[in-house]
Amino acid sequence: MDIYGWVQLAIFLGLLLLATRPMGLYLFRVLDPEGKTFLDPVLKPVERIFYRLMGVDPAVEHDWKRYAVSLLAFSLVGTLFTYAILRLQHLLPLNPQHLGPLSGDLAFNTSISFITNTNWQNYGGESTMSYLSQMAALALHNFTSAASGIAVAAVLVRGIAWHTAKTVGNFLVDLVRTTLYLLLPLSLVYAVFLVSQGTIQNFRPYVTAQTVEPAAAPQTIVQGPMASQVAIKMLGTNGGGYTNANAAHPYENPTPLSNFVQIFSIFLIPGGLTFYLGRMVKNRKHGWSIWGAMAALFLAGVLLCWWAEAAGNPRLHALGVASASGNMEGKEVRFGIFDSALFATVTTDASCGAVNTMHDSMTPLGGLVPLVNLHLGEVVFGGVGAGLYGMLVFVILTVFLAGLMVGRTPEYLGKKIESYDVKVSALAVLLLILDIMGFTAWAVVSKWGLAGLNNAGPHGFSEILYAFSSATANNGSAFAGLSGDTPWYDTTLAVSMMIGRFFFIMPVLALAGNMAKKKILPESGGSFPVAGPVFAILLVGTILIVGLLSFFPALAVGPIVEHYLMIRSNAVF
Amino acid sequence: MKVLIAELRASIVLTLLLAAVCCGIYPLIVWGIAQGVFPGRANGSLVEVDGKVAGSSLLAQRFTGPKYFHPRPSAAGQGYDAADSGGTNLGPTSKKLIGTVRERVAAYRAENGLLPDARVPADAVTSSASGLDPDISVGNALLQAARVATARGIPKEAVLKRVRAHTEGRDLGVLGEPRVNVLLLNLDLDGKM
Repeated sequence: MDIYGWVQLAIFLGLLLLATRPMGLYLFRVLDPEGKTFLDPVLKPVERIFYRLMGVDPAVEHDWKRYAVSLLAFSLVGTLFTYAILRLQHLLPLNPQHLGPLSGDLAFNTSISFITNTNWQNYGGESTMSYLSQMAALALHNFTSAASGIAVAAVLVRGIAWHTAKTVGNFLVDLVRTTLYLLLPLSLVYAVFLVSQGTIQNFRPYVTAQTVEPAAAPQTIVQGPMASQVAIKMLGTNGGGYTNANAAHPYENPTPLSNFVQIFSIFLIPGGLTFYLGRMVKNRKHGWSIWGAMAALFLAGVLLCWWAEAAGNPRLHALGVASASGNMEGKEVRFGIFDSALFATVTTDASCGAVNTMHDSMTPLGGLVPLVNLHLGEVVFGGVGAGLYGMLVFVILTVFLAGLMVGRTPEYLGKKIESYDVKVSALAVLLLILDIMGFTAWAVVSKWGLAGLNNAGPHGFSEILYAFSSATANNGSAFAGLSGDTPWYDTTLAVSMMIGRFFFIMPVLALAGNMAKKKILPESGGSFPVAGPVFAILLVGTILIVGLLSFFPALAVGPIVEHYLMIRSNAVF
Repeated sequence: MKVLIAELRASIVLTLLLAAVCCGIYPLIVWGIAQGVFPGRANGSLVEVDGKVAGSSLLAQRFTGPKYFHPRPSAAGQGYDAADSGGTNLGPTSKKLIGTVRERVAAYRAENGLLPDARVPADAVTSSASGLDPDISVGNALLQAARVATARGIPKEAVLKRVRAHTEGRDLGVLGEPRVNVLLLNLDLDGKM
């Protein structure tokens, strides 16, 4: 844990702090259908053409049920669009490597994966996907699934901020505005920056290199429109790599600078959303308190992960490997230990899932951090939108628990929290736990589940647990040794991704609709303060109790027992 | 039902419109700027020797002979496959990982003339995440310098000078780790830069 790591950590948090307010203010304008932005002269005409062709009146708002129907209809169309391209890519243009079509179950898994903002990769990007599949079938959802997440977060925030309202907004309008005014312009600048660092952007066929040493075979080198896709995959917390190695690949992430910017870009929009919340509910301290709770959980994760990876693998040290450089298996020299630990923590705090280090090869406690992050529901800044609405569900539960403790009717920002609100919040949380543990339990006692393992012993169990945790949490990172491209895994993982996405969004929209209807009561001396350290600590406590109590037994037989086996025994698997 | 049809119709139109903008216009604009401003990088930072592509300065390729610096072990495809990236994904208590590293430690000591109990740099005996890591640590390069000098019949100091010239520091003085690019160093030693 050297000084350079500490300095980088300080710069990272400092930049995030500085970016939160401007990002939040911009989001405030984008998520207001009548909001004005500096891009209006260019984009307003485009936005109007979109509405005209779609036959949508942007002034019309809907209730939460119609909002949900819009979201599901759009998701259904997107899934079919992607499925069709993946199955037909051999007949479509921009396929210079003549890659064949994807199998039915792989195409199904991949379409669900991208529509749910998961971007689980059961395919190896460069060996499976044509340029058209990358650009259209996959990258489209990098934009739209991110925009959908932000839209749902906006609806929940509106529900909390508005009162006696029957409507919550118009999904298609939120989606169009978020994509046009937020994601596209940021991605454009970002992609050009990535090219300046060495990320490729071309449409040439793969290059064959005559390698320098005569004895070595020629090397085929991947090409394609990579930078445009990498930019949005990070910014939209999608995480699906252009290549199999994702952000570890030197083309996707060429320099420590590109790496730092990529990590930062994961938190940029989620950080801004906390300020958006504070601005909307006219209680900025509430937004900053949530920011603080998130930052505390982030710091705890990154410090544990960094410490464990820097300590390295004693089994290898015993063989004569120098211990000073830490656990370098599955890491890149240009990033080293700290930048790998930071990436692994941030990508799972959020629902990004891009990786610059192979999580499967991390030390047991280093790998425990991403796994726990998934189990906490990715609410530490979190996925774009998904992080905030996940966190707000925990806020409702916190307010409820605090109300129980002091024996008062719980109130949140002047609104009574009633049985319905607590029920839908608890439902959202419990369904995810059931999804992860149910599928994991099934897989570990099934032939199909064990067939895909790359590691045995407790680490093998961790591979399966990580897979269903990642799918349910819509993360997409993996203990990637697991061979997930089998009909069984393709299907079960796709189902858990759908449950994790839509069975969370539906209760959240219902909650938003119910909150929007309520009256705001004047604040009294007995109102529970939702700003300040006491609130932040209670919130963190609630998240840890729900997350850790649910998953501790599973973690104990996975990474925790592996840790003790690694340091106290000579057992190998 | 009427609502559903209207929603589906709007969704289909929107999907096509966004596909045109986000998957057509956007990557083409990036492509135009990239090819105009950074053509070398946008096309893969390829390195040419005698007019032929010899590799990419961003990607590791296989070097096994004693007169070349060796990159990190690779799990990409059959090794250093730049169209099939990836790591071993072996966990810390994996029998296979520990066995492989034991062999690599012995081989590294033998080929570089190190004492049988010498500490070996971690990056020299572990596989990178991408299998295409173009860099090795400075410590790893320094330990290989004597072997390279002997094989080439030149003084060790001359090799060390090239290693120092190809050592890249941390980005902006603080980001990432110092490193040595193997392909560029080897080409330089061959006098082909």
